[in-house]
Amino acid sequence: MAVLEEAPPVPASRPPRTRRRRGAATRVHPVVVTFVLLPLLIEGFWVFWPALQGFYLSVTDWDGISAAQFVGLDNFREMFGDQVFRDAAVNTALWLLLFGGLSALLGLGAALLLQQERRGVGFYRAALFLPVVFSLVATALVWQAMYQPDGLINNVLEGVGLDGLTRSWLADRDTALYAVLVPALWRQVGYVMVLYLAGLKGIDPMLHEAAKVDGATPWQRFRHVTLPQLRSVNAVVLSVIVIDSLRSFDVVWALTQGGPYHSSELLSTYMYSTAFESLRLGYGSALSVVIFVLAFGVIASYLVRAFREAD
Amino acid sequence: MRTTTPPAPTTQATQATQATNSRALHRRRAATVGFHAGAGLLSVLWLIPIALVLVTAVRSFDDIAANGLGALPHSFTLDGFSQAWTDGGQQRALVNSLLVTVPTVLLSLLLASMAAFALSRYDLPGRRTLLLVMLGGNLLPPQILLIPVSKMAELFALHDTLWALIGVQVGFGIGFFVFVLHGFMRAIPAEVQQAAVIDGAGPAQIYWRIVLPLSRPALAALGALSFTWIFNDLLWAITVLRTETRMPITASLLGLQGQYVSQWNVIAAGSVIAAAPTVLVFLRFQRHFVAGLNLGAVK
Repeated sequence: MAVLEEAPPVPASRPPRTRRRRGAATRVHPVVVTFVLLPLLIEGFWVFWPALQGFYLSVTDWDGISAAQFVGLDNFREMFGDQVFRDAAVNTALWLLLFGGLSALLGLGAALLLQQERRGVGFYRAALFLPVVFSLVATALVWQAMYQPDGLINNVLEGVGLDGLTRSWLADRDTALYAVLVPALWRQVGYVMVLYLAGLKGIDPMLHEAAKVDGATPWQRFRHVTLPQLRSVNAVVLSVIVIDSLRSFDVVWALTQGGPYHSSELLSTYMYSTAFESLRLGYGSALSVVIFVLAFGVIASYLVRAFREAD
Repeated sequence: MRTTTPPAPTTQATQATQATNSRALHRRRAATVGFHAGAGLLSVLWLIPIALVLVTAVRSFDDIAANGLGALPHSFTLDGFSQAWTDGGQQRALVNSLLVTVPTVLLSLLLASMAAFALSRYDLPGRRTLLLVMLGGNLLPPQILLIPVSKMAELFALHDTLWALIGVQVGFGIGFFVFVLHGFMRAIPAEVQQAAVIDGAGPAQIYWRIVLPLSRPALAALGALSFTWIFNDLLWAITVLRTETRMPITASLLGLQGQYVSQWNVIAAGSVIAAAPTVLVFLRFQRHFVAGLNLGAVK
């Protein structure tokens, strides 16, 4: 297996402040306008226009064939009485907490362990990173084989005398959600690790030297030097995690389709089956609006940071 | 390396330093062993599922049925691969995936680099807002777009075509690409552009001859990264496509799971086929790939 190498230096994020006017003329060249408008129109057609429709559809009742009926906030009112929605919301919260929290912790741990350039470290990094390039569907099928009643996990449990713990992990209401979570984590940790590795690399080694001279223990150095220095990476990881959590769909769809009895249902899978299997397009749109609202805070803070960086 | 004891008569002081030296050496060696034990264990744990799927893919169906899925292999055959490839439709699905992924990556890079060029190199009114609006579109949860996009594709007679899939993937991904390329392009010194303007070059020439070649590292990083994203997509594919024979490899893999229930050798072989292209891209463009992941990280 090849070895993960360091990223090539990315040009400094802040260019030297030059005069703001770069073009010679004050009038903007038509070619330049076209260059912006064409991509903007394409994004408008495939993203902004559908998004507006999505918001509108959330206040309608629609089967996709006859005309959509305006029903006000009925769809949102219906959610309060919908047990599946409540299960899906609780599972999504759990997913955010566990998938997000564990991938951040494990990713940071792996990055701390593998931060130093030393013999063999490239192999270890590559091993942890490799699942990141698999599709979630392939990841799901790999783990489905592990979870089978005669699969590796049950075999290992029997091998160490824990026969009582064996079960069909994906078909059990108590374990389905967690059984789906593990493959998702397996694939995410390497990604978070790479983000943290870049962050750790950016810490000035002098800070650690100075702390060492002052007699700081390794834990104190981690707590008072490394962690504060990683603040900006933490913010990035947080946005990535929240956005990815709310988007999580493939792995659940491939493994359980939200079952058994909605025990591994997430808002994203419930939205999909409501819209495209039950053909309740209005209620499905309302569910997607809920997902949007949950993601909104993170999206907004991401954009605020981007705004600050953009000039 | 072993330290040799100096032959000179030793005073108490040097004896003391030697003792601490060898203690420090021991500690370092123990730390190294500990590191490799820990990191090695972690890597093995991470690689077990991959090893298992590779082994399962080359076992025969009878072997798995007789000895169980988690047992050591008693057979070697490539039947699983040939079954997944031809009967399971993986060959066609792989072609579909590439027919979608390659044009999507190229189109996205082209369109996004045009917008990023204009926004980063010219004083357009409201350029910062435009940039953030475009990025904002990419951050939307795709769920809010699924129903309208599938209906729109029907309206424009694009439903169930690879064109619809390419369109929506380009449209949805473009905001992120513009944002990353904008960050890269504005770091190109203004003097380069001024010299070209004096030589009489127009914006199109500056874009194509100067800025685009200088942005090659960012384009390569984004290209490698987005190849895997688009290739691995499932949600958009099952939203805009209906016909089995048009599905890309991710959706086809799900179909394989239904078609070959408990024929784990076929399913495992299918997973290997589905994962191979992105693994190859990753191994070939590793440096760009890792750089790409960090490019997108807004500080």
